[in-house]
Amino acid sequence: MPAKTRYLNARVVRNEDERLLTGRARFVDDVDLPGMAHVAFVRSDYAHARITAIDASAARSRPGVFAVYTADDLGEYSQPAPLLVPPPPIEDLIFHPRTHLPLAREKVRYVGEPIAMIVAASRYIAEDAIRDVVVDADPLDPVVDLEAGLAPGAPLVHEDLESNAAAHVVQRKGDYAAARARADIVVTRRLLYDRGAAAAMENRAVVAQWDTQAEELTIWDTTQAPIPIRNGLAAKLGLLQSQVRVVAPFVGGGFGPKIMMFYPEELLVPWAAMRLRRPVKWTEDRQENFYATTQERGQVHDAEMALTRDGRILGVKDVFLFYTGAYDPYGLTIPINTQCTLLGPYDIEHYDSTFTAVFTNKPIVTPVRGAGRQHGVFVSERLLDIAARELGIDRVEIRKRNLLGPDRFPHNHGIMFQDSAPLIYDSGNYLPTLERAAEMIGYEQLVREQAARRAEGRHVGVGVACYVEGTGIGPYEGARVTVEPGGTVRVATGVGTQGQGHYTVFAQIVADVLGVDVRNVLVVTGDTREFQWGTGTFASRGAVVAGSACHAAALAVRAKIAALSAQLLNTQPEDIAVENGRAFVRDAPDRGFALGELALKANPLRGAVRPGTEPGLESTAYFGPDRGSTASGVHAMIVEVDPETAMVKIERYVVVHDCGAMINPMLVEGQIHGGVAHGIGNAFYEQLVYDEQGQLMNASFMDYLLPTATDVPPIETDHRETPSPFNPVGLKGVGEAGCIPTGAVFAQAVEDALRDLNVEILEIPMNPNSLFALIAGAGKP
Amino acid sequence: MIISVTVNGIGYQREVEPRLLLSDFLRHELGLTGTHVGCEHGVCGACTILFDAEPARSCIMLAVQANGHTLQTVEGLAPHDAALAPIQTAFRDTHALQCGFCTPGFLMTLTAFLRDNPSPTQPEIRDALSANLCRCTGYQHIVEAVTRACKDALP
Repeated sequence: MPAKTRYLNARVVRNEDERLLTGRARFVDDVDLPGMAHVAFVRSDYAHARITAIDASAARSRPGVFAVYTADDLGEYSQPAPLLVPPPPIEDLIFHPRTHLPLAREKVRYVGEPIAMIVAASRYIAEDAIRDVVVDADPLDPVVDLEAGLAPGAPLVHEDLESNAAAHVVQRKGDYAAARARADIVVTRRLLYDRGAAAAMENRAVVAQWDTQAEELTIWDTTQAPIPIRNGLAAKLGLLQSQVRVVAPFVGGGFGPKIMMFYPEELLVPWAAMRLRRPVKWTEDRQENFYATTQERGQVHDAEMALTRDGRILGVKDVFLFYTGAYDPYGLTIPINTQCTLLGPYDIEHYDSTFTAVFTNKPIVTPVRGAGRQHGVFVSERLLDIAARELGIDRVEIRKRNLLGPDRFPHNHGIMFQDSAPLIYDSGNYLPTLERAAEMIGYEQLVREQAARRAEGRHVGVGVACYVEGTGIGPYEGARVTVEPGGTVRVATGVGTQGQGHYTVFAQIVADVLGVDVRNVLVVTGDTREFQWGTGTFASRGAVVAGSACHAAALAVRAKIAALSAQLLNTQPEDIAVENGRAFVRDAPDRGFALGELALKANPLRGAVRPGTEPGLESTAYFGPDRGSTASGVHAMIVEVDPETAMVKIERYVVVHDCGAMINPMLVEGQIHGGVAHGIGNAFYEQLVYDEQGQLMNASFMDYLLPTATDVPPIETDHRETPSPFNPVGLKGVGEAGCIPTGAVFAQAVEDALRDLNVEILEIPMNPNSLFALIAGAGKP
Repeated sequence: MIISVTVNGIGYQREVEPRLLLSDFLRHELGLTGTHVGCEHGVCGACTILFDAEPARSCIMLAVQANGHTLQTVEGLAPHDAALAPIQTAFRDTHALQCGFCTPGFLMTLTAFLRDNPSPTQPEIRDALSANLCRCTGYQHIVEAVTRACKDALP
């Protein structure tokens, strides 16, 4: 048995913080190498245009410019990027993969698409040279709207296709038409949900160094997936995987877009470093980040929910359009997440969901924290609210009547999830979570007092919304655990870290198994030289999948500790205790070794060892779940709306959530707080505003508003723990949950506050202007 | 031109291009990479330093403007092996940082804020923090850290 638990489910402070707090942590832009050249990109000013000529001669002759590359200069290297995520095996699925070139050739398809790469002695000179490059382009009519993009005669983003439809997917279960025929009420609405920029505080950056003597390429990259980047670049550049090292050091926030693969800059910077035989660095600036980093955008849903008169959902039908942007390298992850997550924690027997993905002349869409789950939750939660109002049923009550009971797990929804596995919920207990959230927010009391507040002229509203999140999906991750002779335990894993606290939570898992101080466990992540098997951080999977691998590797090391100690002490392994940094005979604690001492004994310099002996106290293990684990939760919010100014003040925000067994509740709360803040931004502050020419009108933090400390309220949290049966520690992911139901609960609360005006909120994000327009138009035909 | 500047108590003399940003000077000329650049237009606050003891955005200043001035960066809060400053310790103890990219800017803003207002109210803390952007934490644990750092902060 492992040593008694000391660190799991404990509020352990983070091992990585001291480096970050003192400015010693290395981020990619901190890498500074002798002779390093700097890159700037010439990017498209047009959303849609045909390139007729590029003249880079003036740039090439500017002093300090080492090279200027266009698509023609790339030769064979100019190939479309790979399809990162092939679509799941869904019957009759139509999908047209169209991926981007490193540098645009013949045609540009979004503002910001890279056209030429300038390499110079400094970033300042490289930027000077941008204006030396003359790009002749004939503008084409852009596709900027989903429905207009599908209209006959619309300009084509990809002219080899018959239309701008990038994909068409139908998933059904049960018989919705029959369910609808039996329904007492059918609620039908058009619902719009837009996302925005991930806006990690650190922009992207890539540094590459080709060592001509060792013939090794080292790349520092702000990626969420260092190992796939290493593997892909080795193939592209004709190198062995072992010749390429990708390091994702400290990464200043990921939130999804840092796993797009490959970004043009990721392909070009290493290529240029090899060609020029000098280190090359590119660091994105914030304006570029708004164009050149992927983002997540809107969906248009025409949805209906069929219910009985007592509020039981018989079925849902949903037809939606999804922006994929100019290219679709990330496949269909987002709309399939939407399709699946719409079902939420509810018992929905009949479901008929169809989506069409549409190419548009806007930046590429890939997952941003939540990855389409928000859109689905918004649709089902809003339809439930409207049904509750029309049926005269309380909003919390109608949810209670439809939740899956605790006896319904594992629950197979009968449709496919984004990981190409059936959508099966592993475990859950939804009703107590909902009841607790309603209790914490004081739902019943608020509803009772609402009339009185209204009489005082105050428009106060409450919202309560449920969600689930599919997390912790495969395929696998691995970890190597080593006891060093000094007694320090070293853990290496393939996932990178973007602030989640991996240096601490993995250490907690390993420290518990090996009975050592958590501060004595040194975690290394995101360096392919340290660990070269794995995929990356996405789908709230790092702690679940890599954490389970750390657990398995630590158990294997513990078995080696027990076996070697028993052999040296003439006893049986089961009689060995491993605690407080020592292995000893349980009944005779004086007989034993410090782990570091044992590590030395496990690596003898002379003498014979038994056959099959592996040296050292080290083990590598992998964990690959059959399918993900499903986290869940309920958010509740109280708002006060000033109908004259349409300003919304969030008075209270409650989150009760269930991410299975918790490794570190303090870090879980941190994840939730950050997610809620991101969700509040999505609900009322952030929106990427494009004009009819496909130009982004607010590509700066002056105009694209991230919520600040005065916009985000204190968030009250409570935890419930329904362990996942799909991994040994019972973990479920938590990274994205905070922002998934936020738009839905915000809409519900604001609508409730304005109940006497009969305002219906069918769109997120709102902002004071759009809410003002709704209030002004309320009650008018 | 040649500038003379004192950073974290050390005097430097360097020849710089007049257009060199102060943030680039600190990061790439002096190697003080703890000062981070998040937006290059003075909004996010990640590049905040103390300029003659007052918070300033180093991404919208030129290095030449620092000539003859005294600067402090995050590296100067706990020099060498000195113990962490109280605000740094409070950040660690309350989990007030996640990716840590914005953190140096927050620490510098708060160092000046707490010097001038050692007993802030919660709204004053939130107001002071609103000059810096963080995408990870939702600010709540940062508010807690400030509260903890000034023991006599009002509840």
